[in-house]
Amino acid sequence: MLQIKDLNVKYDNIQVLHGISMEIQDGELVALIGANGAGKTTTLTTISGVKRSFGGEIIYNGQNITKASTDEIVRLGVVQVPEGRQIFSKMTIEENLILGAYTEKNAARQKENMERGFVMFPILKERRKQLAGTLSGGEQQMLAIARALMSNPKMLLLDEPSMGLSPLMTEQVFDAICSLNKSGTTILLVEQNAYDALEISGRAYVMENGVITREGKSSDLMKDPAIKRAYLGGD
Amino acid sequence: MKYRDNAAVRFVCFVLLPLIILIYSALNRGHYYSDLICLFGINLILAASLNLVNGFSGMFSMGHAAFMAVGAYTSALLTISETQKARISGLPEWFQKFTLPFPLALICAGLVAAALALLIGFPVLRLKSHYLSVATLGLIVIVRAFLDNEDQFTNGARGITGLPSYSTIFTVFLTGLILLYVMYRLIRCSSYGRGLIAMRDDDVAAQTLGVRLVTKKISIFCLSAFAAGIGGALWGHLQTVISGQFFYFTDSFNVVEMSIIGGMYSLSGGIVGALVMTFLPEILAPLETGIMIGGIQLPELYGASNLIMAVLLILLIIFRRQGILGDSEIIVESIFSKSTYTGIFKAETYRNLADITKAKLAGLTGKSKKQETK
Repeated sequence: MLQIKDLNVKYDNIQVLHGISMEIQDGELVALIGANGAGKTTTLTTISGVKRSFGGEIIYNGQNITKASTDEIVRLGVVQVPEGRQIFSKMTIEENLILGAYTEKNAARQKENMERGFVMFPILKERRKQLAGTLSGGEQQMLAIARALMSNPKMLLLDEPSMGLSPLMTEQVFDAICSLNKSGTTILLVEQNAYDALEISGRAYVMENGVITREGKSSDLMKDPAIKRAYLGGD
Repeated sequence: MKYRDNAAVRFVCFVLLPLIILIYSALNRGHYYSDLICLFGINLILAASLNLVNGFSGMFSMGHAAFMAVGAYTSALLTISETQKARISGLPEWFQKFTLPFPLALICAGLVAAALALLIGFPVLRLKSHYLSVATLGLIVIVRAFLDNEDQFTNGARGITGLPSYSTIFTVFLTGLILLYVMYRLIRCSSYGRGLIAMRDDDVAAQTLGVRLVTKKISIFCLSAFAAGIGGALWGHLQTVISGQFFYFTDSFNVVEMSIIGGMYSLSGGIVGALVMTFLPEILAPLETGIMIGGIQLPELYGASNLIMAVLLILLIIFRRQGILGDSEIIVESIFSKSTYTGIFKAETYRNLADITKAKLAGLTGKSKKQETK
């Protein structure tokens, strides 16, 4: 579904991604794990077109989207949920969701999508008229995911959904991600919380200093002693 | 329920009362205060249009004077009489006899200003925050220098005189109302406006939802310039004389001040800001020449009104940074929403009004009783 070939990205003069290649099949849940500053977020923002690459290709369903603008990519069905729950805090939850349907002009389908979001996260329905900034961290993350779902994405790019969340909230959010994947949405999950990410994902890539060092089945990676030492703690 | 949500209160405060004042002053044409009200109408167009850029899109432009100048000159050249045109050397033959009716000239003024915004928008809007502000200040200097030195079409520093005085209370406020309505529908009732506000709050998040930042920025900048051009044209037709010096930093700052005082984040804020900035200096003006207060003759205090305005502005920034109205859209909403007009014919509105008043009175007497028992 999504192929990344030899992607190179830099910020000013500092190269962050050194020729990474990935492949994601339809319906997969793929995790991308790595330490701080490894280039995980950069990878996501480059896929979604917010950041530009200077080398390499991104192919989505046979279409080269390396040079496409963000809104074109959103229209194609690839939606990023940005890091740190970037919700519009001064708008109500409902308004946030409507904005998520920015590319979806069909009112009936908009409503359907909103209902789906409310079924997945009932707390949002209860507080739909409340300002989004008043939600707790976990609820904001739920809102960010529900907002991304409003445009009916085929592929979701999740950037550190567990960031700053309590373990209980993390579990809830991850459950939601799992059920989303089961209902057919392809997901690329970027996480520092390697254990949880490996647990719910089918395959995973490990990233270090802008290169992909390992890839494979998540269950295999979890058993790998080197990964265990570096990311999972213990030996 | 509060007073401000009541349809009857809204109708009286924001529709009926202004209408009465406007009709009364329209009948007394040429009176000092009716000219002042005209100026207020123009200022509200300018301030509200500046809010489109500064408040709703998160950019900070200070170039309004440039767009006003372009609008004023366009409309002037399209409406002045043949004898006036004869004084300008470089106009082509066919243009000498070419005049447009006022509404068309206004639209042209807006379009030319918007075209200028489009032209400079692409390079300038790449900049962020204060860099953008400085660049728009630069635009004012460029336009001024052009107008002062260009002799063929704009008559250089002498400016253009004899503009027909088309700006009356009727034309100014009708134009203002139409522009406000367009802005209101666009900002508050469409996905365009929601995307715009999203871009202001968080541009990355807005982008990931499919909002085109560049198109948004350019289009709103042009729209704002369009209204500013019309405002400038109206201003020209009010003063009947224009030259480059009338459209400079101070004029831009004035509009920025209005927008900050009233509240950048709503169109209504622009209206309130224009109201304050148009009338307060006039109210304070007698102080400068020395007046009698309670039998005491005050000395002449030249510059006093400026000083007081400055202090008020500082106090406002300290205590109410979001401006008088903040992001409340109460005035524009009251004027344009149907519920205001249907509400005044419903008995419920008045029952509601009575209830609120009762509750308030009860609260008042309750308080005083408490004080008595103390």
